[in-house]
Amino acid sequence: MFIRHETIEKNAFLLLVLTLLVISIGGIVEVIPLFTIETTVEHVTGVRPYTPLESRGRDIYVREGCYTCHSQMIRALRDEVERYGHYSIAAESMYDHPFQWGSKRIGPDLARVGGKYSNDWHYAHLINAQSVVPESLMPHYAFLAQNRLELDDLTKRLKAQRMVGVPYTDDQIANAQADLRAQADPNADQVGLLKRYPKAVPVGNGGVVTEIDALIAYLQVLGTMVNFADPANEDLRQ
Amino acid sequence: MSDAVHPMPIHYNDAVVKKFVIATMFWGVVAFLVGVVIASQLAWPQLNLGLSFTNFGRLRPVHTSGAIFAFGGSALFGTSFYIVQRTCRARLFGGEAMANFIFWGYQFFIVMAALSYVMGYSQGQEYAEPEWHLDLWLTVVWVCYGIVFIGTVMMREEPHIYVANWFFMAFILTIAVLHLGNNLAMPVSLFTAKSYNVASGVQNAMIQWWYGHNAVGFFLTAGFLGMMYYFIPKASGRPVYSYRISIVHFWSLVFMYIWAGPHHLHWTALPDWTQTLGMAFSIMLWMPSWGGMINGIMTLSGAWDKLRTDPGLRFSVTAVGFYGMSTFEGPVMSIRDVNALSHYTDWGIGHVHSGALGWVAFITFGALYYLIPVLWKREDLYSRKLASWHFWIATLGIVFYITSMWVAGIMQGLMWRAYDTFGFLQYSFSESVSAVHPYYVIRMLGGVLFLSGMLIMVYNMIMTVRSPSTARRAALPADVAMAGV
Ligand code: HEM
Ligand code: HEM
Repeated sequence: MFIRHETIEKNAFLLLVLTLLVISIGGIVEVIPLFTIETTVEHVTGVRPYTPLESRGRDIYVREGCYTCHSQMIRALRDEVERYGHYSIAAESMYDHPFQWGSKRIGPDLARVGGKYSNDWHYAHLINAQSVVPESLMPHYAFLAQNRLELDDLTKRLKAQRMVGVPYTDDQIANAQADLRAQADPNADQVGLLKRYPKAVPVGNGGVVTEIDALIAYLQVLGTMVNFADPANEDLRQ
Repeated sequence: MSDAVHPMPIHYNDAVVKKFVIATMFWGVVAFLVGVVIASQLAWPQLNLGLSFTNFGRLRPVHTSGAIFAFGGSALFGTSFYIVQRTCRARLFGGEAMANFIFWGYQFFIVMAALSYVMGYSQGQEYAEPEWHLDLWLTVVWVCYGIVFIGTVMMREEPHIYVANWFFMAFILTIAVLHLGNNLAMPVSLFTAKSYNVASGVQNAMIQWWYGHNAVGFFLTAGFLGMMYYFIPKASGRPVYSYRISIVHFWSLVFMYIWAGPHHLHWTALPDWTQTLGMAFSIMLWMPSWGGMINGIMTLSGAWDKLRTDPGLRFSVTAVGFYGMSTFEGPVMSIRDVNALSHYTDWGIGHVHSGALGWVAFITFGALYYLIPVLWKREDLYSRKLASWHFWIATLGIVFYITSMWVAGIMQGLMWRAYDTFGFLQYSFSESVSAVHPYYVIRMLGGVLFLSGMLIMVYNMIMTVRSPSTARRAALPADVAMAGV
């Protein structure tokens, strides 16, 4: 060795600086290029920011720790693709702050659960999972149907996401409350909502907006944004 | 280990060490109890009780933070403060007030974090669940910790910095870097406990597992290796086996661990080059890990008989054995084709707990059995027999836990990928859920055993402290440094 280890061992400052140097290399090499290499996140059509209601639903998903039991990452393996659908691509979670890929499947993957079940099924399942899936280990989330959705800081939440890179437009932020109410009422006029957020699924019954409505709206959009049959997304086809 | 008697006895700050020792035992009971609760909820979901604050999703972070940060963290603070003073022959830098601030500041962080999870505040990233204002608070406490620890090292009377302190310093420094890197987030407002991480999707995933894996590498490994490097030589009365291994495995361990994060993201949307790097370094990591194990176990050569009489040492050495086991299993699980099977299953949970129960908790128990009579100046433990019972009950608990999770995990992995003769997937997801039920019950029983062992230890420790004080230990020559052995 070009320096005697004794020198390092007798100098706390040197030991610290060298340690810092040694622990920095791996992180720098693995993290920085993910921000700079163009192909890390695919260029696809269809991925959009979450609607205000979906975004609030996502907040609840994060808060309740759904990620402790459900993954949102279909791996590029034959059985997973057959069970859950097209493998997940990076672009699909590019507006996810934080990502919710998960690391354990106590329940099934949810990356493409959107559109798989009806709103009513989700409602019944969240209230009492065992009533629709007897083997399920899932807790009952009936309390979400009792909790009125907190809306006071809605625009602040969207703005905070815009600060970290979610491309919400001024139009989307200005209409946040209106879009949220429109999505939570199947009888409301959805034109503006669908113009700003294609494929948004109406949920609820037009009454008081509860946390369960928001969560269902979020679940219903999962994995549906990218149309893998679209010729523009040609090179992603399996 | 030179046994020179120091001319002037130094008054070490042991008050703060005692506090952390008590906190370690308290949080151990809490964390294991919550572990048993969530294990029971997975066996019998009715135990979620349908309430918001008792459901699995909110309690699981209470368990993980409780076990890692409250139990493991308190143990690391306490032992590092004990060790750094002895091996540097210097009183804790920064004075009583600073040490007490670190103790109470850290306990406050833990209590607030646990309360916030059950009340429904979470960043939603594993092992980094506390929201932004708690992260800021922890940063303050951690910086003070760094100042006190490094300050003490700077004030040392020994020319050499003892190997345990290299590991503690690497742990303190790296955890600070990881904590800051992973928790950069934009709060909704100054008064809202909700924030959005600055990174998203694939970059967020990589940063999270750079953090997550090194929480394992530096919190659950480097720090506890520091513990190993003091208590095993101390309790066995033998010098560290090889100075050269210490150097080589220290530098290679801290260098390689940082690269291994992507093994948590195999086959995902993370680019292949990153996965390959992660896999390569994870496999290489086997070597420095076993270097540490060999150094720990071989320190006993010539003193193996002590294993029969000293229950604390038995815990420490078994811990190093489990460390060797989980650092062999880890590299195997990092191979992409093995990970294709093991990821998302209970195999991972089994691996976690062979490290967590076998290594982290056992090495801590070993340190506590050594420390408590010394700190409270008692001649011996109240009962070595009870300590032996603790050892065997806890070991049985680990065996229940990890064997049941291996079986459950491999079964899940095989069921998910099984095809019938027509080429269709053979099992529905819910069939795999029913299939693991018996193993979840066995795991829960393993947890009950492990918790019972812990309660035996707490009783033994209380009785030790309440037994009449003996001056014998206090009259021994001042503890001497083991630097430069
Ligand atoms: C009585 C002892 C314990 C019991 C019964 C227990 C039980 C559990 C259970 C049921 C889970 C959730 C598993 C799942 O999601 O499928 C879990 C997760 C976890 N536990 Fe424990 N645990 C115990 C002790 C410990 C200790 C001592 C530590 C650390 C020092 C620890 C660290 C963890 C970690 C890190 C996880 C998350 C694993 C992952 O996300 O992959 N546990 N534990
Ligand atoms: C050479 C050393 C090690 C390597 C290469 C390694 C590798 C791995 C791998 C491949 C996984 C599975 C990732 C996945 O599929 O999701 C994993 C999970 C884990 N390991 Fe290790 N491991 C090592 C040592 C340890 C030790 C000593 C501990 C505990 C003290 C530990 C704690 C964990 C935890 C907590 C997880 C679960 C993370 C999560 O998904 O939440 N590992 N490790």
